[in-house]
Amino acid sequence: MGQPSPKTPLLPLVWLWRLIASPRAGQPLPERWYVRPLAVLGIMLSFLIAYAVGSEDVPIDVGRDVGNALDDAVDWLTTNVSWFFQSIKDVMTWFLVSLEDMLLWFPWPAFIAMTGVICLLMVSWRMAFGSVAALLVLAVFGLWPATMETVALIIVTVTLSIAIAVPMGIWASQSDRLDVFLRPILDAMQTMPSFVYLVPVVAFLGLGNVSGVLASLIFAVPPAVRLTNLGIRQLPAETLEAAESFGATQRQMLLKVKIPLAIPTIMAGVNQTTLMALSMVAIASLIGAGGLGLKVYQGLGRIEPGNAFIAGLGIVFLAIIMDRVTQALTRRQQEAVSGD
Amino acid sequence: MTTSQDAPALSIRGLYKVFADPGDHGLELSRSGRSKDEVQEETGAVVGLRDISIDIAQGELFVVMGLSGCGKSTLVRCINRLIEPSAGEVWLDDREITAMSDEDLREARRRDLAMVFQHFGLMPHRTVMDNVALPLEIGGVARQERRERAGGALELVGLGDWTASMPNQLSGGMKQRVGLARGLAMETPILLMDEPFSALDPVIRRDLQDELLALQESVQKTIVFITHDLNEAVRVGDRIAIMRDGEIVQLGAPNDVVLNPADAFVREFTQDVRLHGMVTAASIMDSSAEAMAGPTEQRYVVREDAVLDDLVPAGLSATQPLQVVDDSGELVGVIPLQRLARAMVSDEAAAAIAAE
Repeated sequence: MGQPSPKTPLLPLVWLWRLIASPRAGQPLPERWYVRPLAVLGIMLSFLIAYAVGSEDVPIDVGRDVGNALDDAVDWLTTNVSWFFQSIKDVMTWFLVSLEDMLLWFPWPAFIAMTGVICLLMVSWRMAFGSVAALLVLAVFGLWPATMETVALIIVTVTLSIAIAVPMGIWASQSDRLDVFLRPILDAMQTMPSFVYLVPVVAFLGLGNVSGVLASLIFAVPPAVRLTNLGIRQLPAETLEAAESFGATQRQMLLKVKIPLAIPTIMAGVNQTTLMALSMVAIASLIGAGGLGLKVYQGLGRIEPGNAFIAGLGIVFLAIIMDRVTQALTRRQQEAVSGD
Repeated sequence: MTTSQDAPALSIRGLYKVFADPGDHGLELSRSGRSKDEVQEETGAVVGLRDISIDIAQGELFVVMGLSGCGKSTLVRCINRLIEPSAGEVWLDDREITAMSDEDLREARRRDLAMVFQHFGLMPHRTVMDNVALPLEIGGVARQERRERAGGALELVGLGDWTASMPNQLSGGMKQRVGLARGLAMETPILLMDEPFSALDPVIRRDLQDELLALQESVQKTIVFITHDLNEAVRVGDRIAIMRDGEIVQLGAPNDVVLNPADAFVREFTQDVRLHGMVTAASIMDSSAEAMAGPTEQRYVVREDAVLDDLVPAGLSATQPLQVVDDSGELVGVIPLQRLARAMVSDEAAAAIAAE
């Protein structure tokens, strides 16, 4: 143990690691008189070298090799760890099918009435009227089963997202290290073009709703992690100090003070996650997810943009209803904890 | 409690706090007598507290007073180690807080050191009752007992009818009553109050000061009270420590501080305090043997703690120097009428006589 031996050929890597891990690595270069001239000189030097060597193309290209190696890795995983993916798929399929059956078991007028009442109680008269009208439109357009399938997909995606994101966010709020580590990963999950991971997901899980849920998860988890983390980190210092002065343990602080106080921000994360999940519905249909997304996909495939538009409208309706309801939930929580 | 009367309930010895001082260089410099500014210039470290030593007696209401940034809030936080001191000791009876393990410290915070905060520090998601019961919940007190103690404390601060309200339904004054009740419900021997009334408007502040004094009569806690307002300090304090740049510049009884300011800095504060309520018979009396042997007014006897305003009626109708007696009725001095008249002319004159 102890310091790595200085004789190892990995020495430059060790140095590099020490440089990156040092606290100074998180800050810009200090302002000294020589910093700017050196920067300018460095850039000029790079031009000079480029002209001197005379190469316009980068001399090496390993992109393809690395890409191919990754492909091989995915192949290997699919053939050798398929039992693992298959069991995940089986469990999730069961959940999805049961939920969808349950939603479809509700007579459609009952479901519409229920949505109306929820909007009435939590949002407003206008929203209740609008949601009933929107769902009636979907019903008479023959989109009812697809709508219920999408609702089931969203419920499962959001539930799983929250189950992953909230504990992760809480953990990140307690550890600066994890926070710094997670940030670029969350950025990648949100900005990596979804087409890139659609294929590996299919390779692991095959076509179907489960793959759709997994692809949506990648996109839907980050906002809830971020907002949970933020919600806990930005709590008023004096309130936390008070709890500490009562002799609270770390655990008591978290459970009795931090998490309850952060609930409004966590709820805002749930709202964002729901909308992200909905925005993935159409893309998920490319890998076999059903519901309204599939209708959009089919409409476009058969060059029937009108039908695609109607199904797309259905997604918009669902998004608005879910957004207003979860926002109302957030607002309630905020009112409950504001005014201190 | 088995503490003897004269053992301090809380004892602070040679306490230092130096912020942003990773190698303790600032601490060493401060110890060697450099000023706060010198230390900051040389090492970048900020001296928050410098060699603070105080003994606070059982049942005493001890006020720490100073401008913002003088270190008074740091001092009170070093007592329950919300801020970790850089050096020095804090003793609670015969236990050293500064040497406690995390677990012992938590235990001491739960059983011995309640705290009240300037901005109340209430939990907005809990009812008034549940806010007051929170420290007990954290301390593992059973539900039934928690509710009884919290209810009793709320009763004590006059919020018995508000137990089911949420904090955002209360006014600032009421919120701080909840904060006070929360501290009282913990039933600790010591109560730390960090500018508890500073965020309140003046009328409410006065009410709460009176209430605190009335409460203190019955609960007899050892209270460390932080304020930036000398009027408040003088009103509530048994003793006052005045701080500047992390050091105590004067420590004494309220009238002592007001009448004999240690330096120009303290005098600056005391100018705004109304002296008539502060100058006592004892502070202007003549206790020399020859004065006491001379002729005195027989119809009136004043107690040594009577304030100047209370001496007016006697002074107006007296013809001889007033007799001043202590609690047991023993003669301790006399006030010649001329001296009384001079003291009543102006605050400055009263202070001058007291300083004689």
